[in-house]
Amino acid sequence: MPSRQAMRARQPMPKNAGKVLKRLFGILFRRYGVSLAIVAVCIIISVLANVQGTMFIQTLIDEFVTPLLQAETPDFQPLLREILRVAVFYGVGIIASYTYNRIMINVTQGMLKYFRDSLFQKMERLPIKYFDTHAHGDIMSIYTNDTDTLRQMISQTIPQLFSSTITVISTVVCMVVLNIPLTVLTLLMVGIMLVLARKIGGLSAKYFIAQQQDIGKLNGYVEEMMEGQKVVKVFCHEEETLQQFNQLNDQLFESAYRANKFANILGPVNAQLGNISYVVCAIAGGILAIGGVGGFTLGGLASFLTFNKSFNMPINQISMQINAVVMALAGAERVFRLMDEEPEVDEGYVTLVNAKRENGTLVPCPERTGLWAWEHKHQNGDETTYVELRGDVVFDDVDFGYTDEKIVLHNVTLYAKPGQKIAFVGSTGAGKTTITNLINRFYDIQDGKIRYDGINVNKMKKADLRRSLGIVLQDTHLFTATVRENIRYGRLDATDEEVVAAAKLANADGFIRRLPKGYDTVLTGDGANLSQGQRQLLAIARAAVADPPVLILDEATSSIDTRTERLVQNGMDKLMEGRTTFVIAHRLSTIQNSDCIMVLEQGRIVERGTHEELIQEKGRYYQLYTGNSVLT
Amino acid sequence: MLKTLGRHIKEFKKASILTPLFMLLEVMMETVIPLMMASIIDHGVNVPGGNIRHIITIGIFMVAAAGIGLFAGIMGGKYGAYASAGFARNLRKGMFQNIQNFSFSNIDKFSTAGLITRLTTDVTNIQNAYMMVLRMGTRAPASLICAMAAAFLINAKVASVYLIAVIILGGILGFIMVRAYKYFNKVFRKYDDLNASVQENVSAIRVVKAYVREEYETDKFAQASAKLYNMFIKAETILVYNMPIMMTTVFTCILVISWLGAHMIVAGNLSTGDLMSLLAYCMNILMNLMMLSMVFVMISMSMASGERIAEVLNETSDIQNPDKPVMEVADGSIAFHNVNFRYRQEEGEPVLKNINLSIHSGETIGIIGGTGSAKTSLISLISRLYDVTEGSVSVGGVNVKDYDLETLRNQVSVVLQKNTLFSGTIYENLRWGDKDATDEECQNACRLACADEFIEKLPKKYDTYIEQGGTNVSGGQRQRLCIARALLKKPRILILDDSTSAVDTATDAKIRKAFAEEIPNTTKLIIAQRISSVQHADRIIVMHEGEIDGIGTHDELLKTNAIYREVYESQTSAGGDFDEIKD
Repeated sequence: MPSRQAMRARQPMPKNAGKVLKRLFGILFRRYGVSLAIVAVCIIISVLANVQGTMFIQTLIDEFVTPLLQAETPDFQPLLREILRVAVFYGVGIIASYTYNRIMINVTQGMLKYFRDSLFQKMERLPIKYFDTHAHGDIMSIYTNDTDTLRQMISQTIPQLFSSTITVISTVVCMVVLNIPLTVLTLLMVGIMLVLARKIGGLSAKYFIAQQQDIGKLNGYVEEMMEGQKVVKVFCHEEETLQQFNQLNDQLFESAYRANKFANILGPVNAQLGNISYVVCAIAGGILAIGGVGGFTLGGLASFLTFNKSFNMPINQISMQINAVVMALAGAERVFRLMDEEPEVDEGYVTLVNAKRENGTLVPCPERTGLWAWEHKHQNGDETTYVELRGDVVFDDVDFGYTDEKIVLHNVTLYAKPGQKIAFVGSTGAGKTTITNLINRFYDIQDGKIRYDGINVNKMKKADLRRSLGIVLQDTHLFTATVRENIRYGRLDATDEEVVAAAKLANADGFIRRLPKGYDTVLTGDGANLSQGQRQLLAIARAAVADPPVLILDEATSSIDTRTERLVQNGMDKLMEGRTTFVIAHRLSTIQNSDCIMVLEQGRIVERGTHEELIQEKGRYYQLYTGNSVLT
Repeated sequence: MLKTLGRHIKEFKKASILTPLFMLLEVMMETVIPLMMASIIDHGVNVPGGNIRHIITIGIFMVAAAGIGLFAGIMGGKYGAYASAGFARNLRKGMFQNIQNFSFSNIDKFSTAGLITRLTTDVTNIQNAYMMVLRMGTRAPASLICAMAAAFLINAKVASVYLIAVIILGGILGFIMVRAYKYFNKVFRKYDDLNASVQENVSAIRVVKAYVREEYETDKFAQASAKLYNMFIKAETILVYNMPIMMTTVFTCILVISWLGAHMIVAGNLSTGDLMSLLAYCMNILMNLMMLSMVFVMISMSMASGERIAEVLNETSDIQNPDKPVMEVADGSIAFHNVNFRYRQEEGEPVLKNINLSIHSGETIGIIGGTGSAKTSLISLISRLYDVTEGSVSVGGVNVKDYDLETLRNQVSVVLQKNTLFSGTIYENLRWGDKDATDEECQNACRLACADEFIEKLPKKYDTYIEQGGTNVSGGQRQRLCIARALLKKPRILILDDSTSAVDTATDAKIRKAFAEEIPNTTKLIIAQRISSVQHADRIIVMHEGEIDGIGTHDELLKTNAIYREVYESQTSAGGDFDEIKD
């Protein structure tokens, strides 16, 4: 059965590594240029201090211990001076290393904060379409996994690569000075190491990808079964479920084992190759030195071998960091892709202002009056007119499709007069929710016109348009916050009394008071501890506190029992007196008392009228209402 | 907790023991190799005229040692990966197996999201920590001890400098790590909160945009993000002291030993080669100490995950099969005697109060009542999804607690309110009810549930693939598939918990008619919002705040029961649904 589990294999390789790298460094230097310059200097200082330390051990023997042994009265003064000198160097090295590590914390965290903030800011400005066409898990993974690979790259990989490179270069220079053929030999061994590292790394990467896919499959299965665990129990299907799980679990075990195996053996392979490189150099160098080829001495060989030994560590580090770089760049690419998404465009210029009436004309005013006006600064000329917000919505021959190829609404024309309650009914996929998506311009129409109080909605500033519409959506979403804060989301400056009043109106006050801490109860996980009906009541309270001129209820009471629904409806009707309400519902009892009911079918309005009219008409609505629709 | 987890190592014990052994071998080789290097320098290079034969001999030994080290390293890496991946597999299996035994109240206790995290992220954390312990956990201390021992063998006086350094450094590192660990724990929790709020914003983006709260959310996020930034900086600032302290100790050791060593060499108590080796061990010892402290941090950080996993593993189901279970359900009669029920013992008001009820086999019972009136709780007791707090429930004249659970649940078929279809074909989904059902039986069940019409219209009919959660069929279609699935069990009692809410009135009526005609002997309990769904039942139960407010036929209740009348009036005759218009 696990034929088509959700595959969450994400692109593991960056498509355009060079460009991403350039951009990443661009941001890094722009924001932290000075810091990075200091870091670079500090790294160089600390590397040199270390190299100098390695050389000290050599000079200690050759220049101090050996002469001391031969001296008749050993004078330790020069040694003490040398030790103090080296101590100072070490001290400088330590300070430098502390400094760059400390600075890198700020750089790393600063960059992460920058990425998080820009991602979030950008995300909030993206059109709804983006969220409808991207898996939410993938969006989340940009914030978590991808930024984490970036953190690793900035905080560890970049400084380590830099210091390793400096070490390598300085060591190679020293080696070249000592003996060229041996250097070539060492580099040859390093070459072998790198090739092997790439081979093993490649195998490991292959299995890591397989592991990622297996994890995705297993997680998908776990999610599905945990969601349906109660159904599993009811059908006594535990054994079968377990069997399938075991199959996926074993598969993951295999790939996880392989992936980690190759990752684990990379270290020992490099280390021992390093040792072998040492032996090879010692033997070759011994032959050279003893044969006196090119003036190469035994002292030189000793130094050379020390360098050969200290050469392996940075090479090891570099080979281990390559994978991290690739992964980080793939992550960075996704981060940048989200940051580059086109934001929601808003060319509207008609804004919503509080207004009051003076001598019969509307004038704008700063305080909330319960009266609003559209401030229309006409584009031709300096004239500004004020149009009262009344909630007059007109659809004029509107066509719409989520993609241009597939039109889902055809020739929709409708008039909603202020104070009217307009209902949409129709089967799933008939286009009811789509219509509300158009009023508030979550999506833009392909053809036709939508006018709001006589103004084309395209001219309105989206924020103001949406502010004028209260919407209770099909899927209720609550935020991690207190009940009070959740209701206040509708209008941030609402007083506590207004919040309670809205809750009462939505018939939510009763159950809220029974919660452990009443209005101060913190809701978590999208209000997971509330029933669907209770969540809907809260969503209605949230819309009620906003006190909007136009209200859209999209299946807002579908999980509320009919008695409570009636109470809520009475409250909402009172609130919306003289204002426009759009109602979408499955349940006919919800919409019966509407001023106009539109029956939608496959993106077209097939019937419209009041309940009585539609019953008279004996069409679709009648069939459904009376239950006589069977197989006509 | 460790014991609970440890029990799941099972067949990976061998690998778990071999890994440290191979690591030990690798460490031994690593300790020997520097000695050989010193020997190459001392006796091969630093002798007058050089000794090429010595270099070659030792060189061959060194290559052999490197070979053994390589072998040990590879085997250690291999077994380490094997043991940890296997341990993770067993943990997942153990948890999943135990979850399958969970009762409904066990499931409620952990929450779906909680269980998923434990099965995925937490196990991965433990897997990584386990591998770290097996490999680094032996490697670091062994390497430390070997190097220390080697140093003491060369010269105890000089080596004691290391010992002092190790003690001091260990103390300081430990102090830093403990402080950092505490801080990081706090920071990571904040980090999770921040990600949770992103998640909320992603899923609730329509609400955010509908209320024009983009800037409000961005500001809120920026504040939380800035706070997190400061916390991270503080936490990492503590850790960043590790490096300079470590370096200071190493360098001090090198310098002190150089000074002491020079004196000893001059006094003839130490050879030059020995001094070189001692210096080489210095770095080794302190590096391993650093590694060891990292291992400790890693372990303590995965502790929380381990505890969460152990919780699941140790949870015992509070509904157990009785010792001598009854394997046969005589008939479809149901009786409640003085039943009180609470979801959790400690909660005050019972959800169901004083329920007494007797239902005959073959009867059709409608149940109606407002949100939160405990309709679902009532029917959950019949197939023992939950156990009563007080009183008893019997099916077929036998207390439900005396039945074999599988027998009971096969005979009492519940169509849950929150129902789920699983990814797979329609046939596969239907056969959850009876895995041996023939195609004809499946189709027949669909006919009874009025699902056959829409299935026949699908391009692949009964082989149509249902997406996870059944998202590619409409609500009403999903409900009918769930009913068909439950029917395939051929149960004595069928319970529909608001299972036709998205089905139109006419189809709803048709399903009821089919039930009455084709499975007349099955007891049917139907919970509904819609009066029309229960109107024709033999009897209707009206639930109100956990109590039975009235029982009777539609006509009786209309006369005697105020709540029923009110619900009836709120719906009058409308109860249709547009999801199911037939073309």
